[in-house]
Amino acid sequence: MKIDCTINGSPTVLDVSPMRRLIDLLREEMKLTGTKEGCGEGECGACTVLIDGEAVNSCLVIASQIQGRQVVTIEGLTPRSGLTPLQESFVRKGGLQCGICTPGMIVAARALLDKNLEPDALEIRTAIAGNLCRCTGYHRIVDSILEAAELERSRLSLVDTAPPDL
Amino acid sequence: MSIGVNVPRKDGQSKVNGQAAYVDDLSFDGMLYGVTLRSQIPHGKIRAIQFDPKFDWSSVVVVDHSDIPGQNIVTLIQRDQPFLAAQLIRHVNEPILLIAATSRKKAMEARTRIEIIVDELPSVTNLEKAATGVRLYGEDNLFKEIHIEKGDLPRGFAEADYIVERTYKTGLQEQMYIEPQGVIAVPGKDRISIYGSLQCPHYVVKALLPLLSFSHPDQVQVIQMVTGGGFGGKEEYPNLLAGHAALLAMKSECPVKMVYDRAEDILATTKRHPSIIRHKTGLKSDGTLTALAIEIDFDGGAYATLSEVVLSRGCIHAAGPYRCENIDIVGRAWATNNPPNGAFRGFGAPQTCFALERQIDLVAKTLGIDPLEVRRRNAMEPGDSTATGQVLTESVATHKCLEQAVKASDYIRKRSEYSKLLPKARIRRGIGLSLFFHGSGFTGDGENRIRGRAGLQVTPDGFIEILTSSTDIGQGTETIFAQMVAEELGIPVDLCRNAGVDTNRVPDSGPTVASRTCMIVGDLVRSAAAQLREDLIKWLAELENCNAEQITLVGGCFLLSGQRVASFQDLAKRACSEGGPASASKTYVQPEGLEWDEKTYQGQAYPVFSWGCDVAEVEIDLDTYEISVTRFTAAQDVGKAIHPVMVMGQIEGGSLQAIGYATMEEVLQKNGWIENHRMTNCLIPTALDAPAFETHIIEEPFSGGPFGAKGVGELPTDGGAPAVAAAIDHATGQRFDEIPVTPEKIELALNP
Repeated sequence: MKIDCTINGSPTVLDVSPMRRLIDLLREEMKLTGTKEGCGEGECGACTVLIDGEAVNSCLVIASQIQGRQVVTIEGLTPRSGLTPLQESFVRKGGLQCGICTPGMIVAARALLDKNLEPDALEIRTAIAGNLCRCTGYHRIVDSILEAAELERSRLSLVDTAPPDL
Repeated sequence: MSIGVNVPRKDGQSKVNGQAAYVDDLSFDGMLYGVTLRSQIPHGKIRAIQFDPKFDWSSVVVVDHSDIPGQNIVTLIQRDQPFLAAQLIRHVNEPILLIAATSRKKAMEARTRIEIIVDELPSVTNLEKAATGVRLYGEDNLFKEIHIEKGDLPRGFAEADYIVERTYKTGLQEQMYIEPQGVIAVPGKDRISIYGSLQCPHYVVKALLPLLSFSHPDQVQVIQMVTGGGFGGKEEYPNLLAGHAALLAMKSECPVKMVYDRAEDILATTKRHPSIIRHKTGLKSDGTLTALAIEIDFDGGAYATLSEVVLSRGCIHAAGPYRCENIDIVGRAWATNNPPNGAFRGFGAPQTCFALERQIDLVAKTLGIDPLEVRRRNAMEPGDSTATGQVLTESVATHKCLEQAVKASDYIRKRSEYSKLLPKARIRRGIGLSLFFHGSGFTGDGENRIRGRAGLQVTPDGFIEILTSSTDIGQGTETIFAQMVAEELGIPVDLCRNAGVDTNRVPDSGPTVASRTCMIVGDLVRSAAAQLREDLIKWLAELENCNAEQITLVGGCFLLSGQRVASFQDLAKRACSEGGPASASKTYVQPEGLEWDEKTYQGQAYPVFSWGCDVAEVEIDLDTYEISVTRFTAAQDVGKAIHPVMVMGQIEGGSLQAIGYATMEEVLQKNGWIENHRMTNCLIPTALDAPAFETHIIEEPFSGGPFGAKGVGELPTDGGAPAVAAAIDHATGQRFDEIPVTPEKIELALNP
């Protein structure tokens, strides 16, 4: 089956079995191995990607479900050089240890911040409740996302209050 | 200055942008996928193996025990576990056959076309019947029995005003690293390369040499991939898995990937030993402990694996950080027909710490005083001795940890306030605490038997490469080693980098276990850096025709009588190209005066202990019996925090594992079968289950550790469970002596 979709901003046509799991399509066909598999049944969230801006478990999505959709993976959230403030916050605040949950965690955090740039700790915990981390105890992940939200807010306000071009 | 500074993690960037390569991200041309056919009974004999004649067996590769070129024994401590069952099956999900095919799907399809015909034998799957059931191991089903004696126990009980007795139980716990176990084996001519998710690469070398009948260690190359968590679960189990992949690779002459799915990982790999621990304690009316009698039983499962050393650490930690002159500890690790248990962060201590701390709470209740007060009166101080007679001389932080955690959590006020909530409120609150310790490094003279090595190599571009086989599995080894080298040489951390773990290149630093990496291997790395500095200074003195004493290395520059003569990097480059000192290596040397008797369990069990106090707060909903751990205050002593953010990460992550152990992590086992082998029913805490943490690092430096540092990896898993159980007691007015304390257990206790 031919599937038209957009992956990390690039229009893509895939010729795959309609039942192929999205995670396999990404990892095996597209070589986007930043998306990880921890359980294969939608519990751990290591395979979280954005579909039309919503965080979903790519192990529970099949190829035919992404027809006409926008899929974004951790690779698509990473700038060509350097890191985003969200990624930098994870490094600085201790939001990662072994790293296997980190791409999915950052994707889930992105989905939250795109909707709510002023989340409190409980809203963050709720947004990442589908992403299991066994290393950190989550405390520093919550801190990382709080800090990233603050950084992104201050950048926005800089843009808002910038004087008009002369 | 690099020590005590939160420098960026070396692996930070590649882990947040998805580029870090884990084993499942790697593939090779012509690679096959391997799967395992496992037993479906706890004990029995294989009568026949039937292959469906309708299946095209030429399209797959099948390996059984007869394909093993060397010994069918997993090299560890005892020689009892086969890589593949030949005749006897000793537990459910024991590996019997291996199958490789061009796709995982095809290999799994082939697996369904094989039938194992068995004659079932009577089995023992209940720890309480391990002594009386069928014979499974030796004459008595005991993998190991340990006896620790101190003072005169009968006299201790004779001196007591009260004697309290109680039995405690702890359950199986799954490590549940988020990346399942996996390896790739790549065959060569008379050699094999293993790429894997693992903690102890040299263990794999030692296990594969006899399996494959290789004689030289270089014939087995083990490369650690970025590893998605271990917690002990990837200490010894990868020996077995790497062996399986290697056998398929040798027979097929193709690279073979074996990555477990979650169900197989939960069903087949080792877990924390379930325990039954009986305490009998003598005490005076002022709270003085006069006698501690402790009897410990661990379910080792079907094979010995690491059970004897897990039991050893459990026994040594069983009497805890308390002063007591009369102690008797008996520990036994039993053979059963359950899947083998093995290493899990804490390594026997979380079980015995849970039992002891609950017993200390019972002592407080008996005397009618606060649990805090009993601990204040009995906590060890310098000059006191442990159960093995080890006299504590330095770096003892019991009281510091206790008082810091009590103050930061507002324990005293909350303890009294929450007590007043009883019995009317629907949401009940409770607060509880625990005091604990954890020995850093191997037990007794273990480090001397391992003789770990570490090295440094100057690269042609003037960087320092750190060569060790200590694996970074998330805890931050790569970063702290670079910090130590940078500090010792007075150069930026960016000039120091890890060489990666490839057993063909790096020396054997010993395994990444036992809270030993920072303190033991870290000190080897630090002293190698000191050696390199000294050698470079001597060489520069020759070049400059001066005395070495006139040269100093400050701020990344060599100074001669205070004048800059060369930058570190320039001289390092020169040393590399002109045959100057461009490397340094160190081997562990046992400190003088270390005495340890393995037979009597007397002497210096560990070079030093790390200490901790946890305070847990809970809320219990009396409509649903749901338990929320709302706040968790930890004050833990690590000697010196090389990287404070990473130390706090260790404390919080380890504490949450302990909180899960106490409240929700339950591996259900029936007749040797694990019944909840999915993440949907074998739960670990989510972000919504986790409390807010308040973490306090205490630094009581150890003169034998690098920059004063001790171990931190395992300490946090010891104290969390008893603190949570104590808080649940406080909230409900009932006692809970068995973990996990589930809502069902609370309901039963409140509605007897």
